[in-house]
Amino acid sequence: MSLDSKSAAPAHTTPGHGRPSALGSFLKLRELPVVLALVVLVAVTAAINPLFLSAQGIKDLLLNATILMILAVGQTLVIITRNVDLSVGSILGLVAFGTGSIFVAAPNLPIVAVFVLGMLFGAALGALNGLLITIAKVPALVITLGTLYIFRGISNAWAGGTQYFAGDRPDAFGNLSVDTFLGFPVITLIAVVVVAIVAVYMLGTRPGRDLYAIGSEPDAARLFGIPVQRRVLLAFVVNGLLAGLAGVLYASRFNSVGATTGSGLELDVVAAAVVGGVAIFGGSGTVFGAAIGALLLTTITSALTALRVDKFWQQAIVGILILAAVVIDRIASVRSARKLRIAEARNV
Amino acid sequence: MRFIHSGSTGRRAAFAALATSAALVLSACGGGAATEGGGSEGGSGSEGEQTITFIPKQLNNPYTDVVLGGGEEGAKEAGFASSEVVGPLDASASSQVSFINAETQRGTNVIVIAANDPDAVGPALEEARTAGAKIVAFDSDTNPDYRDVFVSQVNAKDVALIQLELISEQIGGEGEIAILSATANATNQNEWIKFMEEELKSNPDYAKIKLVAKVYGDDDDTKSFQEAQGLLQAYPDLKGIISPTTVGIAATARYLSTSEYKGKVALTGLGLPNEMRPFVKDGTVTEFALWDPAQLGYVAAFAGKALADGDITGETGDTFEAGELGEREIGDGGIVLVGPPTQFNADNIDDYDF
Repeated sequence: MSLDSKSAAPAHTTPGHGRPSALGSFLKLRELPVVLALVVLVAVTAAINPLFLSAQGIKDLLLNATILMILAVGQTLVIITRNVDLSVGSILGLVAFGTGSIFVAAPNLPIVAVFVLGMLFGAALGALNGLLITIAKVPALVITLGTLYIFRGISNAWAGGTQYFAGDRPDAFGNLSVDTFLGFPVITLIAVVVVAIVAVYMLGTRPGRDLYAIGSEPDAARLFGIPVQRRVLLAFVVNGLLAGLAGVLYASRFNSVGATTGSGLELDVVAAAVVGGVAIFGGSGTVFGAAIGALLLTTITSALTALRVDKFWQQAIVGILILAAVVIDRIASVRSARKLRIAEARNV
Repeated sequence: MRFIHSGSTGRRAAFAALATSAALVLSACGGGAATEGGGSEGGSGSEGEQTITFIPKQLNNPYTDVVLGGGEEGAKEAGFASSEVVGPLDASASSQVSFINAETQRGTNVIVIAANDPDAVGPALEEARTAGAKIVAFDSDTNPDYRDVFVSQVNAKDVALIQLELISEQIGGEGEIAILSATANATNQNEWIKFMEEELKSNPDYAKIKLVAKVYGDDDDTKSFQEAQGLLQAYPDLKGIISPTTVGIAATARYLSTSEYKGKVALTGLGLPNEMRPFVKDGTVTEFALWDPAQLGYVAAFAGKALADGDITGETGDTFEAGELGEREIGDGGIVLVGPPTQFNADNIDDYDF
């Protein structure tokens, strides 16, 4: 990504930092196409099948998106630093099974404590990823591909054929995914809070901005004095923490947790982030976009089922969306690069 | 793809395979091939040293665990020198092939398999038979050309009919129903579904019941959950769901019990009592069915032993002793039946523990 040497602010275009007109910057948001796609999808589906937007329908849509949303937010932090974490499905699986085990071993443990333990467990696994990557200086793709299998192997050895069911967990814990507050399921509200906190962090704090700088141009970031390794490690730890949170929520929502819980999820997560406008080469994108991307992907599945479209088409449509997102991203970056050049020429 | 080799590590298995083939080449017997527990005699079943390997549809599936528990018990009682369980973690069509190949190389005497796809495993099983192994299919049949006998839980038609009876009872004999199955190419589920469809068409009692959809949750908790959701959204008048798979019925029950459809949409099918207990107690599910899965593995082990000893060949009319379950006869098409399905409801579910 191109970086203006004078204006040291490392970021790409970011929402909220509207310089010229509010409308103009709104129209330039990378998230806009995704939001539009989502609106059109929901409107068309609801027009054909009104049940899609019934109270239960909306609740299901939000619940379906919750876990992927949290994972996509974490993944975005990592991708923005020009890395990737493929082990999130396995982390989620380990934490989900761990959550089931905790409730069986200590049924009276407060639910909040279980959340904290799950998130710490996830953060520890994320830290392992981060340390391997920053110390060994091996691409994250390779390291996390390795830990994907290592973590999954551990959960296979640990869980074996054991599965814990919703009946093994306290009702209050399972009800987090059933009860609603102002029409929103409780676990979805947790996800919204997560998106908000991380979004503010990325937009408004120094370390958050540093992540963009690192992803835009690691060498420049290092020369600029940004502690690259520490920041990348931080991104992986937070990602692990959020995968841990997602694991606990998985145990709340679904019936069984076992050795295979969460396998294959990592690709959905990366897809959600990319569809949500997070550039796979790092340096740009927002957690809000990734969250909407997650919502879009899970809504497509629900919409196609509600419209009775053969489910074998669903994957193809997700693929088309990813390609569309990449093309839009490419066009946007070519255009903004051209504009920057013109602006620089005028400033001289 | 993720494979697991329970019992021995991949490396050890590779070593065992290597040692076995080396032994075969050198025509050395016994002492030459000093392999771990699952060692082999290179094909022909000599007395007392026979080995049996179970290849389920997928490992770490609670239903499969109960079946395999019975299988290992049966293998011990039948007199196998060792029994092992190997298999894939995902129930996809081709995932079992590499495990069959490995067993062929090890010279396992009896391979007991629940096929994820009736034909995909065919060539690998042919090879195993050429090498001298006996093939017992259980739970889910392969194409009959590729196995010696098939141990079936119960008559496929009985399984189909009992589920129809249950759903018809629960929805009052009329309305729309849907089926939420395992994978789109699962042999046993598809056979039951076929019988259900035929019965719905031909039996006047079911004239007012309309099967509106068949969906597949791939025996995956999350997918089954979403498919259940989609069914209820796509078919607002849906009265009942039949899920002839333990993962599917539990996932659907979880969804129903957490949604506004609880108590309004009936759910039945084949489920494990331990997994379904909370949903029967909270009123989501009235009644469902299953056979005792442990007996399935148990009978399969004895069938394997009788085949390996040469007592039976898999011909219709052959009989063999299945331990404490008594004599079993091989019926048409090389099928051995285990027993009638049991129905579970709030009154009797606490009597069962599997």
